Amino acid sequence: MTEPRDEWPAPVAPPAPEAPVAQPQRPAAVNTAAASTDFADGEWHRLHPATPLFRGGLAFLAILGVLIVNLRDRFFEIFFDEGEVPLPPSGGDLEADAIDYIVREELVLVALLAAVGVLLLLIAGFYFSWRLHTFRITNEVVEVRSGILFRTNRKARLDRIQGINIARPFVPRLFGAAKLEISVAGNDANVPLAYLRSADADALRRDILLLASGAQRSGAEPAAAAGGMGGMLDARVSELLSPELDVDLVAPTSIVRMNPGRLIGSTVLSDTMIILVAMLVAIVVTSVVTGELFLLVAMFPGVIGIGGFLIARVTRSLRYSIAATPDGVRVGFGLLSTTNETLPPGRIHSIKVSQPLLWRPFGWWQVAVNRASRSSQNGAAGQQQTSILPVGNLDDVRAVLRLLLPEVANDASMPVLELGLSGTGTEGGFTVSPRRARVLRWFSQPRNGFALTDTAVLLRRGAIWRSLIAVPYSRTQSVSVHQGPLLRALRLAWVQVHTVAGPILPILGALDRDDAVRLFDEVAASSLRAAATDTSHRWRQR
Amino acid sequence: MTNPETTGTEAHGTAASGAEAGPASPSRLDIAAGEWQRVSLKYIPVDMIGTLIFGAIATAIAFVPFWVGWAEGWLLGLGVAAIFVITLALTPRRVRAIGYQLRDDDLLFRRGIMFQRFVAVPYGRMQLVDISRGPVARAFGLAELKFVTAAASSGVLIPGLPLAEAEQLRDHLVAVAETRRAGL
Repeated sequence: MTEPRDEWPAPVAPPAPEAPVAQPQRPAAVNTAAASTDFADGEWHRLHPATPLFRGGLAFLAILGVLIVNLRDRFFEIFFDEGEVPLPPSGGDLEADAIDYIVREELVLVALLAAVGVLLLLIAGFYFSWRLHTFRITNEVVEVRSGILFRTNRKARLDRIQGINIARPFVPRLFGAAKLEISVAGNDANVPLAYLRSADADALRRDILLLASGAQRSGAEPAAAAGGMGGMLDARVSELLSPELDVDLVAPTSIVRMNPGRLIGSTVLSDTMIILVAMLVAIVVTSVVTGELFLLVAMFPGVIGIGGFLIARVTRSLRYSIAATPDGVRVGFGLLSTTNETLPPGRIHSIKVSQPLLWRPFGWWQVAVNRASRSSQNGAAGQQQTSILPVGNLDDVRAVLRLLLPEVANDASMPVLELGLSGTGTEGGFTVSPRRARVLRWFSQPRNGFALTDTAVLLRRGAIWRSLIAVPYSRTQSVSVHQGPLLRALRLAWVQVHTVAGPILPILGALDRDDAVRLFDEVAASSLRAAATDTSHRWRQR
Repeated sequence: MTNPETTGTEAHGTAASGAEAGPASPSRLDIAAGEWQRVSLKYIPVDMIGTLIFGAIATAIAFVPFWVGWAEGWLLGLGVAAIFVITLALTPRRVRAIGYQLRDDDLLFRRGIMFQRFVAVPYGRMQLVDISRGPVARAFGLAELKFVTAAASSGVLIPGLPLAEAEQLRDHLVAVAETRRAGL
């Protein structure tokens, strides 16, 4: 193999596979100082050597194992009694027949060669797919090359990173491996690095975020003390037990403690559970009344599906954590398979605090966000990492809001936000629908309204299912105001603030026409102002 | 107006440029702003041909139940046909209601009479600008310009621009977006 380091930045061949030796003198363009791994040095690296095993190789091994166990007797016969092969009576299963046939025709050698050939081919395939799967992280981009016959090359700009997700599925987790996924805006636009050593993944995440932050690198990081071989088992065990592996960033502790009772209670009282119970009741009643059981069977998969969803929600959220790090908010989920994702500042496009009907007596709320990227790892049970707080009380909501949108939820605006959660009327600077909108907003007319803070527009909706949507001006894409014939007859209009696609749709209906136009003008002007001064996408740059 | 060449496009605009299309009513939406650039009047036949083709197909489908044997089915077919005839009749006014303004830092777009819609898109949020031409529009020398942001709902689609004007507008938008570039 050629020595590619001399030729950087025009890499021809990947460098030596494992742990590149420390290079004191690298090109000036390459970051070195703060890198605690060698991964972010702008050169090509490979993934964890066991990667092929985790990505389907394990299944292959299992199949091989089953085959070997089944054929063991045969092998013994073949290898030890080769002289007199007894031909069993025909009529056995196909597999035995095939073996018998091979033995009878004295094709043992050929068959073995073929098997070995296939095996070698597969191993070679796995090996080369691992060997040709390389990645590098430079100052500007992260780049991945993969594929044997069909090569793919994917580059993502670091300043466009929307989040970094570290997932540890159960089996790779046992082996101390983790999957790092870099989300950039767009569908299927993520860059997965699967798999890396757990500790490397954490360090790499920090390095990438540091590069993305636009910070000038300064000061050397303390090198992680490498344990001896004896400490390896200990390290594995502690890795498995600790949710977070960043030794240097151990300070960020979760600001929200997930209370199991509350989690289970909120799941039981969630809208999905109500649907499930209603379905069950309907099934039982119709079955009893009509005496037909087919409905029971027909509805069963649906019930199982919803039930599974609810159970998954509880198990995923049991070890929920949310913490502030210097490079963004880190949200963790999962019990056996864990994911934790870091959202750099300025990646939250809108945020919604809502309260399902049955949660109100307990004062529980949930928080969801819109983001420009889709992580392939699910958050709280299939919610695509948009549910940032599965359930929490008002204090939790306050803390999470402060964390996610510090410029929106500060001390000055917190009272307004709280009025947005549970207040009514014009108190706190809210503009609400006029009384004539009662026709369209039977109960929520006094609540249905908006408030403009210095940094965000707040949309307050719903008297029964209460919700508050906050869209920071610096993230609004555009704004529109609409009016159809019905609203025109009532002198009303509706306004939509456009953000990236997600579970939140920032629409406010049934506003007085003049208020709607004012909201439209204000949001348009404020978002221009905010866009001109916003630097949060390069959050450490001075 | 910041760019003289785009103001020059008013020559294409119709005589109705600036004047409000649609009935004046105190409850209508109106954004107090400057002169609206209108799209070419040649877009009226383009839109009508599109509506005619689609309407003919839809009407034919709506008549299927009648032909199959549902005696009262002709009502359905006639109803669908009537909807398209009304749409067709209102096309000129609807086209005149389409307008845009190039403000200092954002693009203001309006359309619709019955269902009014005003959108303000900051230039800096632009992700890309598309110019596309259907076969009918091409025959009339028209093109449509699509201004895409990271939000799918922004949906600013300006139809019925003469090709030269559309290309000029695209270049202008790209240029101003570059100077006002904002993050995602």
